Amino acid sequence: MMQLLILFATFFKIGLFTFGGGYAMIPLIDHEVSSRGWMSVTELTDFIAISESTPGPFAVNISTFIGMKTAGLLGAVVSTLGVVLPSFIIILLVARFFGNFQKNRYISSGISAMRVVVIGLIASAAYSLAATVFLGEHLTGGQSGSMLSQVNFAGLLICVAAGFLYFKKKLHPIALIGACAALGVVVFGGADLLGWGI
Amino acid sequence: MNTHWKLRQIVELLLVFLKIGAFTFGGGYAMIPLIHREMVENKSWITDEEIMDIIAIAESTPGPLAVNSATFVGFRVAGFWGAVAATAGVVLPAFVIICILSLFIVQFKSFKLVSYAFEGIRAGVIVLIAGAVVKLAKANRHDALYLALMALVFVIATFTGISAIWLLITGFGIGVLVKAASVWRAKRGGEDTEG
Repeated sequence: MMQLLILFATFFKIGLFTFGGGYAMIPLIDHEVSSRGWMSVTELTDFIAISESTPGPFAVNISTFIGMKTAGLLGAVVSTLGVVLPSFIIILLVARFFGNFQKNRYISSGISAMRVVVIGLIASAAYSLAATVFLGEHLTGGQSGSMLSQVNFAGLLICVAAGFLYFKKKLHPIALIGACAALGVVVFGGADLLGWGI
Repeated sequence: MNTHWKLRQIVELLLVFLKIGAFTFGGGYAMIPLIHREMVENKSWITDEEIMDIIAIAESTPGPLAVNSATFVGFRVAGFWGAVAATAGVVLPAFVIICILSLFIVQFKSFKLVSYAFEGIRAGVIVLIAGAVVKLAKANRHDALYLALMALVFVIATFTGISAIWLLITGFGIGVLVKAASVWRAKRGGEDTEG
């Protein structure tokens, strides 16, 4: 019961403070979800790819997934309700009472500054995901041994290739994920086969 | 007669948004053309201008764009229960699909081949998120104050434990103050030229 309440409250908070949708909630989710041990940063990265390849809003996908994983079907229901309710209530209030609130010059200026904050937050999320993927999850914990041997060079290589495909070739996100999956199988599988151990 | 018509509308809202929820990949904006075709062109339940208003409001309120616009359209068309039907419709396909997927993901990822694939995919996800940053930054204002704010937020969010929520609230406050300052300056400037 306590678990369900925490899930609901956490996702309500995430829903309430997500502006701009989609990736804008990654920093909040990262903060709330990894601090509670519901999901590691690597799992979160994997789930972003899964969510990109399945229909529906990212917010709904991730709340359903984490709810299901921590407390089964009831957990999924409670988490999804939590993430949806703030929008639902606020939109009803706006539609009923404040028709053009966003046209107020102070509010619109506040909102545009908040969008700037969101960009900084997403950039920070990209940075910490990259640090985890390329330098390893344990790096933040302070480890012994050579730094360089921990660096995921093969991953960096795939990242550069993906950057080229996405920014220059304008590949669709789902096609990009497919291409990276193929590259992963070739590079990491090939290295394992040859016994290189990268 | 009237309640019968309304009930039919609510059921249709549910069905239309189920379809929209099931066929929208990659979130919010991909949904707008679908809503437009169903609600404006096919059913004439809302107008072109209303769609513009709905997008503007959905963008300026918290929560996923998909949920915000579904709730708004549902409410406009058929009141409270319309909002419930449209929101449930847009959420349910994702909910059902992820519930089923989550039962298999862990076993699925224990296959060697799949785990190699995910090693590659992780590198690609970083590119996708970096792409989102670039796209948003291009669409936004470019004055020095806002660029500095963006950089400051990046540093604070990356190297301190301060929650994103406080940064968002502070950002909103800064935006309001900037506007207030420019309004005040304009007013004073106006008086100066008069005096």
